[in-house]
Order: sequence, then C-alpha cells, then structure tokens
Amino acid sequence: MDLLTPNLGYFVWIFVAFVIVFLVLKKFAWKPIIKMLNEREQNIAGAIASAEKVKAEMAQLQSENEALLAKAREERAQLLKEARETKDKIVNEAKEQAKTEASRIIADAQQAINAQKMAALTDVKNEVGKMVIEVSEKVLKQQLAGQDKQEEYINSLVNSIKLN
Amino acid sequence: MVAALSLFLVFTAQSVFAQHEEHAEGAATEEKFNPGEAILHHIADAHEWHFFSLKKSDGSEFHATIPLPVILYSPQRGLSTFMSSRFHHGQEAYNGYKVEHGKIVAVDAAGAPDESVKVYDFSMTKNVVQLFIALIVLVWLLTSMAKKYKTGQGVTSAPKGLQNAIEPVITFVRDDVAKPNLGPKYQKFLPYLLTIFFFILINAIFGMLPGAANVTGNIAFTAVLGVIAFIVIIFNTNGHYWQHIFWFPGVPLPVKILMIPVELMGVFTKPFALIVRLFANMTAGHIVILSFISLIFIFTEMSQVAGVAFTPVSIAFAVFIYLIEILVAFIQAYIFANLTAIFIGEAIGDHHYEEDIVAHH
Repeated sequence: MDLLTPNLGYFVWIFVAFVIVFLVLKKFAWKPIIKMLNEREQNIAGAIASAEKVKAEMAQLQSENEALLAKAREERAQLLKEARETKDKIVNEAKEQAKTEASRIIADAQQAINAQKMAALTDVKNEVGKMVIEVSEKVLKQQLAGQDKQEEYINSLVNSIKLN
Repeated sequence: MVAALSLFLVFTAQSVFAQHEEHAEGAATEEKFNPGEAILHHIADAHEWHFFSLKKSDGSEFHATIPLPVILYSPQRGLSTFMSSRFHHGQEAYNGYKVEHGKIVAVDAAGAPDESVKVYDFSMTKNVVQLFIALIVLVWLLTSMAKKYKTGQGVTSAPKGLQNAIEPVITFVRDDVAKPNLGPKYQKFLPYLLTIFFFILINAIFGMLPGAANVTGNIAFTAVLGVIAFIVIIFNTNGHYWQHIFWFPGVPLPVKILMIPVELMGVFTKPFALIVRLFANMTAGHIVILSFISLIFIFTEMSQVAGVAFTPVSIAFAVFIYLIEILVAFIQAYIFANLTAIFIGEAIGDHHYEEDIVAHH
C-alpha cells in the first residue's frame, strides 16, 4: 500500500530539513534560550536565597532589638528603683538630721532658757537682797515714829521698787 | 472560527467529490462516491497543491491548484526539473514522464508506462513545500525569541508575549522529558529533544490547517525521525547497554542465550515503535475527520434530505475530532520526545543510575 511505503524523495528532503533545522536551532535558538533560562533561574534562586538570608538577618536583628529593649526596660526599672531608694534614703536622712538638729536646738534653747532663768533668778535674788538691804537701811535710818508711819513708809518704798 | 473551519472542511471535501466525478466522466459510467479512495487521496502526498475544482458551464474543469516543482532523477535519462503544471493535473505526459495514481512514472514515446526506466522522485511535493514553510516559521519564531533573550528581556525582566507561550514548553521538555530520563547528562541531548518536540508539533499544527498537507501522518516523515533517533541511540550507547543485550544479568544461562535475539530485536523495535506510533496517530486523526465529512456525501447519495439532515451532525463530530487532533499534536510531540529520551537514557544509563530510578519509584 502506498500509504505505508516511504517515498524516497520525501524521506531525503525531510532528513536534510531536520538536520539543517536541528543545527540552526541548536546554534541560534536552543543554546541562547537555555543559557538565558538557566541564568534567569539562577538569578531567581539567588534572589530568593538572599531574600531568605535578609529575612533571617532581619529576624535576628529584631530579636536582638527586642532583647536590647527588654534589657533597657529592666535597666530603667532598676534605675527608677534605685532612684526611689536613694530619694527615700535622702529624705529619711534629712528627716533624721532635722530631727536631731531640732532636738539639739531645743535642748540648747532649754539650756539657755534655764541658764537665763537661773541668771535672772540670781539677779532677782541679788536685787531683792539689795533692795531688802536698802529698805532695811532706809527703815533703820528713819526714825520709826509710829507704826502707821512705818507702814506707810514701807509701802511707799515698796511702790517705788520697780521690778522690771 | 470553528464554523468557518467546518465550512472549509466541507468545501475541501466537495472538491474531492468534484474531482472524483471527473474520473467518473472519463470512464463514461455513473460511479458512486468512494469514501476510501477520497480519504486516501486527501492524506496522500501530491505533486501539486490542489484546493478545489469547479465545473465550468462549457463542461471543462477549472482546478484551483498551485503547481509545484518536479525534480526527477533517472539513471538512464539524467536529471529533469519542471513545474507540475506541465502534467495538466495528471492528464498529460511531459518530457517522458506521467503521473499515475499520484506517482511519477516514465513513459515511452507512445505514452505507455516504461517499466525499464527507473525514476527517483525528489520533487518538491505538497508535503515538502509545507514542511519547509512550517520549518521556516519555526526557525523564525525561535530565533526571534532567542534574540529577545539576548537583549535581556526575559532574563532581567519578566518574559513577554511569545516568550510566555514557548518558554513553558521548553522548560517542560527540559524538566519533564530530559531531566528525569537522562539524568545528569541531559544537557547534551536537550537541543535534540527540543528540536524533535517542536519539529513534530509545528508540522502537526500546520497539517491541521484547512487545505494543508498531512505532513506528520506520512510514514516517510516519522521514518526520518525514527532513523535519527536510532542513530542517536546507537552512537551514545555504553558498555553497560551492550552487556544488557548480549549477557542479560541476573537470569540463568539458557535464558541469557534466549535473551540475546530478543534484546537485539529490541534495539530495532524501539525506533520502529516510534515511527509507527506517530504515523498511525496522525493519519488516524485525519482519516476520522475525513470519514465524518464523507458521511455527508454517502447520505446525500442515498437521498438529498438525509444528506442535508446529517450535515450538522457530521460537522459537529468532525469539529470535535479536530479539537482532539490539536491535543493529539501536543501529546504525540511529547510522547515521541519522551520515548526518545527514555531510549537514550537506557543507552547511556549506568547501573547506579538505574538503581536510583528503581529506588525512587
């Protein structure tokens, strides 16, 4: 049957055509196309790899940042705590100091008051003694004429004494 | 588009019918429409590109054809070239040659066939011309695509247009045909496999255009591809491959001897299977489409009404098969490339590689 017997001329033409097409395509199409495809695939693979790397780095950075932040927060809390303690300490110290100062001042004042009081009493005693002596002197100097006169005289003396 | 296509199919089928009537006229008897002959005529090669024939009012025929160059070589008469129009559509002899049933034979002065003169026909037939057109288109498509890659488009930027259409096919052949079958040596055979794939695909697609020749469904076409596959396989065999053939491992001695002829035959049956598979698939598709169209004329011969009534059914089936044929074009290109890759893989494969394959499955 004609359908199943290959025609020699057609066979030769196809053979020649295939070989030429194969050589032309190999040189001008497949080589550059495959090369470029491989290049692009490598580019993409490289880009993905570097993106992954960057992502990992970013994650690492972020975790580092978080750690730093946590540390900073802790430090701040620590600082605040210390500051509060220091403040309390200072305040307490100041209070203590003020208290002791105040008590010292009070003690001093009392001492001074006592001393002055004693001095004043001594003065008063001296004054009273002196006045008594003066009065006694004057009474003794006066002619004690009568009781009335005596009393009146004492009273005038007494009135003339200005204690303050 | 499908409607236009079916119209065209009817049209071409009618031209067969018309042509047949012409023969009937010559025989001066009312012959019936012979679908077998019409279909075989349509899938066979021809020396002219025949589209349709019209009967003029004065009874003469008008043939819409493109004449093609005829190149003949005969050891006795030497080389002769002329256009196929000289044959006047097979009705006349020219330069001592005549077309008989689609074949050019030598004739003597009286016009009777001369068996003593051997003729080698290297004509640019319908198939050859279409093959060249298809291949020029293919080369142009792929080289222009390659140029685009060289400018950087598709490498540093996203691929565009044609690249998007062809690139997946190339990567498919590379990743699903070459790599799994050929292993690490796939780079060497990739251009060959890609060429096979696109060679079959472009010719199958061109063969499906209305009025086009049946290039891939010709035994010579598939024979060339099979022979080339055979050559590539034989030239890339290694010791392991031949050891498998002459001393099949892991079987008792009598079986080893029995396996030698079987394995030797296998060397030749593999490419032969490639040849027959592609030929049968492509031819069968064309025959089925033409059969559905022929049904219209068979029914018309029974009665006009039946013919008209059956036309839509027939066209619907033809269109359906036509769409399947488009799918088959891709599948056959894939299968041919894949089987070639498997056969080459067997020839170049080393033992470890085979173990790997088995381990993976």
